[in-house]
Amino acid sequence: MKTSTGRRDWVHYYFKSTSGVIGLFLVLVMVILSIVSALNLAPIDPLEQNPIDALQGPSGTYWFGTDQFGRDIFSRSIDGMSRSLSVALLSVGLAAVVGVFLGVVGGFFGGWLDNLVVRASDVIFAFPAILLALAIVNSLGNSWIDTSIAIAIVYTPIFIRVARGPVLTVKEMDYVKSVRVLGFSTPRILIRHVMPNVLAPIVVQIALSLSWAILTESGLSFLGLGTQPPDASLGLMVSEAQALASFAWWTLAFPSLFITVVVVGLNLVGDGLRDALDPARRSSG
Amino acid sequence: MTNLLEIKNLSVVISEDKRVLVNDVSFEIKPGEAVGVVGESGSGKTLSALSILGLLARGLKIESGEIRFKGADLLKSSAEDLRSIRGKEIAMIYQDPMTALNPVMKIGEQLQEVLDSHQHQITDQKTHILNGLAAVGIADPNRAFDSYPHEFSGGMRQRVMIAMSLLLSPELLIADEPTTALDVTIQRQILALVAKERKRRNMSMLWITHDLGVVANLVDRVIVMYAGRVVETGTVDEIFKAPKHPYTAGLLASLPAAGRDRERLESIPGVPPKPWQVLNTCAFAPRCKEARDICSSHRPELTSNESSSVACFFPLGVKQ
Repeated sequence: MKTSTGRRDWVHYYFKSTSGVIGLFLVLVMVILSIVSALNLAPIDPLEQNPIDALQGPSGTYWFGTDQFGRDIFSRSIDGMSRSLSVALLSVGLAAVVGVFLGVVGGFFGGWLDNLVVRASDVIFAFPAILLALAIVNSLGNSWIDTSIAIAIVYTPIFIRVARGPVLTVKEMDYVKSVRVLGFSTPRILIRHVMPNVLAPIVVQIALSLSWAILTESGLSFLGLGTQPPDASLGLMVSEAQALASFAWWTLAFPSLFITVVVVGLNLVGDGLRDALDPARRSSG
Repeated sequence: MTNLLEIKNLSVVISEDKRVLVNDVSFEIKPGEAVGVVGESGSGKTLSALSILGLLARGLKIESGEIRFKGADLLKSSAEDLRSIRGKEIAMIYQDPMTALNPVMKIGEQLQEVLDSHQHQITDQKTHILNGLAAVGIADPNRAFDSYPHEFSGGMRQRVMIAMSLLLSPELLIADEPTTALDVTIQRQILALVAKERKRRNMSMLWITHDLGVVANLVDRVIVMYAGRVVETGTVDEIFKAPKHPYTAGLLASLPAAGRDRERLESIPGVPPKPWQVLNTCAFAPRCKEARDICSSHRPELTSNESSSVACFFPLGVKQ
């Protein structure tokens, strides 16, 4: 019997996990819908108002019904989804790059730099995420890039922690010491020998953070910061639907469903990745 | 003959409170010579070796001394110069082969990394690596090249580590108890392998161990360290046949020998003191059978006598 060869076959393990496959499917559906919207292929222009068709229930023309201005909720939902995903990708991308860099460098070199990084992230941790994001969006502005930066700042400390912890363990391992003895340069040691050994928790964290970022973006838009009318955003749609939901359920149900599906999907992907990347959690066979 | 490595009056201290860990250690290694450094845990043998490579742990520093490699003072070399010497001209093998290889990288890649991080003139790199693996007795180098470390046993991993160290044909190999973690038969094989490779390459070697038995057939000269100082040096024959320092004699007496059935092993009573606790006395005096008053009031200097030297007022086998 051939034993498993390192972590290269994590893909194989990933597809063995039911939840991981379901999660990936849900996320892919949402990504495809977002791309459709981004390419202007939505059935109806999300900004187009048809007052005559206001507040119609789901039908052949308006799959998810219409809102109080007669705008197509399906088109607006996928438009909102593409905006949410863009914000999530940019913010988590920024947070991961900055956080992992600071965490790895801080953890590896230690000293005052490490102290500074840890203290600063403790300060950010002390604030509730949404509150801090609110304050930052308030001072930056409302564009989707500003929103992304705000969310990135909130989530950077998480990546610092997730990266720094394993680095503290790995840098004391003999194989890191032995490559120093063999005269490897510090950047090579960090990139080729430390990073691959701390990558698994970071990958999982990225998947989970994407879902949190989508929730945060929706929350910000719901509260009136973030995406501004008339642009569509899932959070904003939920916010506007509050007043209408008692007699037009579809205005609230479909944007909420989209948020739920993508968040659940990303969480399942995160779980699947965690199981696949952690040899101890792999089921036998 | 000029010395390949020369350590002069090396002292290593804890930077914070200046407690001394290695005290005034001097020795030299000639080209092609194998030297064993023997001592208990905490005697400063590993620290001396790490000092050579400029790899002392944070919080430790070299207080004084000189380390000359091929004439150049390593303590005055830049970090970059030191880095290019490590692995290429001076290589080191480690105690624990189980954790000394990167678990997520194939063995071939790890060997390739050694070549990539140094300037060299090896053109056919893959063949060079496969030859290196074959030289340390790995049966199927091609398979090993594409294997991960966890597929290998401890002895095999230590062979891979040795192959890695020898890849760029260093002039000096430092071995820090590389066989301690292995079982005795594997230990034999590794010792034989290192001895063979050393002879073939005419490489110098510094073998650090607490086990006199290990170095007996391996080295030319032995340096015995105790509480941060060198207490005796001599050729293998001198050390084994006529130890002069009571500590060396005690170490020899504590070696288990095959065939000495049902005989109690000798041991040296007491524990070694911390190097910084020893002031101007003989560090071994409290445990020494031969100790007299002068031993706990004055420190014996290391005095040379042809090929050997000893730091003792009353060396064994010498008429007072």
